[in-house]
Amino acid sequence: MKSTSVRTVAAPGIVALALTFSACSAGNADDGDAASGSNDLAGQLAGGGASSQEAAQAAWIVGFQEANPDVTVTFDPIGSGGGRENFISGAFPFAGSDAYLTDDEGELTAATERCNGEAPVEIPNYVSPIALIFNVEGVDELNLAPETVAGIFAGEITEWDAPEIARDNPDADLPSAGINAVHRSDESGTTENFTHYLDVVAGGAWTAGAVEVWPEEFGGEGAQGTSGVVSAVKSGTNSIGYADASQAGGLAVANVGVGSDFVGPTADAAAKILDVSPRVEGRDDSSIVFDLDYETDEAGVYPIVLTSYLLACPTYSGDEAEAGELTKAYLTYVVSEDGQAFGAEEAGSAPLSDELRSEVSDLVEGITVE
Amino acid sequence: MSLIDERPVAATPAPAAMALVAPQIPAYAPLLAAVLATGLAALAGLLLGWSLVAVVLTAWALLVVGLPAWSAAIEGERRAKDRLVTTVVWSTFALAMVPLASLVWEVVANGHAVISAEFLTYDMRGVLGAGGGIYHALMGTLVITALATAISVPIGVLAAIYLIEYGKGNRLARTITFLVDVMTGIPSIVAGLFAFAVFTLIFGPGVRLGIGGAVALSVLMIPIVVRATEEMLKLVPEELREAAYALGVPKWRTIVKVVLPTALGGIVTGVTLAIARVAGETAPLLIIVGTTTTLNLNPFDGRMATLPVFIFSSVTTGGKYDAEQTARAWGAALVLVAIVMTLNLLARAVGRAFSPRTGR
Amino acid sequence: MSTTTTARSAPTAVSRRGDAVFAGLATGAGLLIMLALAGVAIFLIIEGVPAISASGEQAYGKDNIVLYVWPLLFGTLLAAVIALLIATPLAIGVALVISHYAPRRVARPLGYLIDLLAAVPSVVYGLWGRAVLAPAILPAYAWLADHLGWLPFFDGPARTGRTILTAAIVLAVMALPIITAICREVFLQTPRIHEEAALALGATRWEMIRMTVFPYARSGVISAVMLGLGRALGETMAVAMVLSASGIITIDLISAENPSTIAANIALNFGNASGTKINVLIFSGLVLFVVSFAVNFLGRWIAARGQVKA
Repeated sequence: MKSTSVRTVAAPGIVALALTFSACSAGNADDGDAASGSNDLAGQLAGGGASSQEAAQAAWIVGFQEANPDVTVTFDPIGSGGGRENFISGAFPFAGSDAYLTDDEGELTAATERCNGEAPVEIPNYVSPIALIFNVEGVDELNLAPETVAGIFAGEITEWDAPEIARDNPDADLPSAGINAVHRSDESGTTENFTHYLDVVAGGAWTAGAVEVWPEEFGGEGAQGTSGVVSAVKSGTNSIGYADASQAGGLAVANVGVGSDFVGPTADAAAKILDVSPRVEGRDDSSIVFDLDYETDEAGVYPIVLTSYLLACPTYSGDEAEAGELTKAYLTYVVSEDGQAFGAEEAGSAPLSDELRSEVSDLVEGITVE
Repeated sequence: MSLIDERPVAATPAPAAMALVAPQIPAYAPLLAAVLATGLAALAGLLLGWSLVAVVLTAWALLVVGLPAWSAAIEGERRAKDRLVTTVVWSTFALAMVPLASLVWEVVANGHAVISAEFLTYDMRGVLGAGGGIYHALMGTLVITALATAISVPIGVLAAIYLIEYGKGNRLARTITFLVDVMTGIPSIVAGLFAFAVFTLIFGPGVRLGIGGAVALSVLMIPIVVRATEEMLKLVPEELREAAYALGVPKWRTIVKVVLPTALGGIVTGVTLAIARVAGETAPLLIIVGTTTTLNLNPFDGRMATLPVFIFSSVTTGGKYDAEQTARAWGAALVLVAIVMTLNLLARAVGRAFSPRTGR
Repeated sequence: MSTTTTARSAPTAVSRRGDAVFAGLATGAGLLIMLALAGVAIFLIIEGVPAISASGEQAYGKDNIVLYVWPLLFGTLLAAVIALLIATPLAIGVALVISHYAPRRVARPLGYLIDLLAAVPSVVYGLWGRAVLAPAILPAYAWLADHLGWLPFFDGPARTGRTILTAAIVLAVMALPIITAICREVFLQTPRIHEEAALALGATRWEMIRMTVFPYARSGVISAVMLGLGRALGETMAVAMVLSASGIITIDLISAENPSTIAANIALNFGNASGTKINVLIFSGLVLFVVSFAVNFLGRWIAARGQVKA
């Protein structure tokens, strides 16, 4: 019978196939005998949080693992809320968050408890300008006053040749076409910072306050994630959107009105906002957090910026000693000059200013492992 | 309308020349009409500078109007209507093929350039821009699908045996049959949420495990296996069972040694199709398994990468290396489609190899 | 005589035990399936219930869970219904080609081709819809907005190809093979004798199909459509990857502001959700489960009734 022969051949064949596949590691995996690097760190470090940091964290992980081949670091981009939740529960030894810890929902207290009664370390590690990307035929440069930005995204200004836009762009050849305003459809720190900026700066033109989810009554095209916004702006005509500047991907970016000037979203201009913004009052010494001064009229400061923080404990002990060791080493790299430069290169973030960086580095240096 | 009224017989006394056969347009008429319509549309398109889509639409419109009009002039209204419907029905088929052709073309055209030995054997650890591969995702898909199969096949086959050999239409069997039908309609994302809910209650919040993906896929796979096995067991002739009983073979041995081997071909086909179906599932894995850049073969320890989720996250992550990521997504899509199509062909081949032969 | 009885009794005891074990296993597997389905409902309810009291920040800025889920449910139904409006006539046509129009030799391979449509993973459909279909179809939307803009469905303005209509077209392509498969089965079940009788009376092929095949297949077609609807309702990735969603309620199919669907919304937001938001998303999944359960139930019920009648 023919069928029997097929059966007898098929079964061992499948087993053999399975065997060839199993138990072999990826072609680019290290074999563990790499003697490179002067340190002897080894182990697993699993953190996570703000998805805004995802690209930069991916870069830092690559940079860190290059220097420490026996360490595997993972950063789960599960969102700021999830990052804080897992940090407090102890699942993450460190977390990334777009917002600093507050006691509005008892998070600061809970985090202090988690760190054995010491106030958690909170440091800015990722500063990224939020660019207004646009795709308008025949227009390469665009100046927008804050009120105009609010008007466009609130659906009040609907034509590209509206007087509010024309006023600031006397030389531009603005088409007489409708504006397709693209916003994030998911919950995001980018939206939160952007709307916070509009809320503070645009006066009555923005009525929705600072929100993480785009207010649907303002309309516009919704796109998933930063990449969604970028591709929507790219493929739609006469469109404008807001996205992390690093991902603008060849699209033109608008200059935003600051004082009497118009400033573009360069890394330098964005990093400056931390220098002009006040620290949040009444925090512990281990916490360096800012309330961004969106209304600044300091020359050369780009005001629409997303600041993201790292959360860690000042002391790791017991079961967490190993993770603490790795956390300290990893965080040291992230806020180092190399780390910040690598993040800027790969993820387009704005490196911390030297002054702030040395302050932050000192804090990380102070983390102890018992 | 009544057919009889319009029968040629009922017409006025026919001239001797067309006594029996109604006039017909030639057999090659549809082809001729199609060629003419295409030619005319192409000509118009060239002269007026239309796009390809406009030309095709015009050609189609010409054909749909022209052929029945020709037919109506010679064969009468009823045959004209028949030709119109024939044209439209075949058009639906052609239209349905457009997405398949376009999809296969795009996947192959965009994906083939990426495929290389490195692409298939490297994972994404330490890769920022170009380079890297899908080895971790390939293995993840393999591990999770294999686990799902290991869970689903015993349960599915045994349940089908119960339905056909033991239940025989009693109340419980009818209920199970109905529930299996309902299970085939569970949205895949709901299966993912189910697995997430279960594992969250066991392991605490934020859990991501490969085994959870296997459980979610099993929820989708079991009903397919049950249905396929059920159909096959129904086809096993009652005489075979009775012959075994008559020889004093107990029921369970009859099932294991006589009924199952007879139905094996069909069951293997069904299982293979079920594997093909779940190997491409994305939503449940996105929920409960997540993704990672490093090879992870342990389904009980943290996130695993899988091909479908790899495709999704490569496309949606964006950033500086968007172009490289999109290219990798197309490459992974080509691999995934190849796997799924191969499984489908395999299922058919197995079905044919094992199918009972008549005569010698 | 007595020796034979004792000789037979030993194996019988073993086989009885074997039978009992095997029967137990089979019954257990059947019960496990019941349990699994019940488990799906129960676990979703357990994890979904905390969402009922969610509001504000926890419910993604909505005042309560109903306000959050309703627009998503609307989008889910809208996309699925449009998909079915597109897919049903096509599927009936394709099924007719395979069952009645194509020569038998050609019909089988044609059927395989349609089955291949069902084999393509949804994420690949998503990739295709996003990268190929959406940009390609934008000019058509612009045309619709210009010429049929007076219809509320085509109000426009057409600025992106990633609209609910595009998503519905992709869903239609995915639902097509399911509807086709069932339709062609029921078309083929038309009693040969009815068909031949119609032809013998001089009916054209179309008249034969209209008079014998369609009346016979009506309930089968309806249940096929219901099952296709079930598939379209629950489809996740294709919509998640194709659609630019704003989460609003509108019947404008080609503008940049589109409603989202439950399944796509879960897929896109789950990874970033924490705390009560997870419960909110699971609750919306429960709603989807109930709706698709109802649709499938209806489809099976119609199919079963049709079988009894035939």
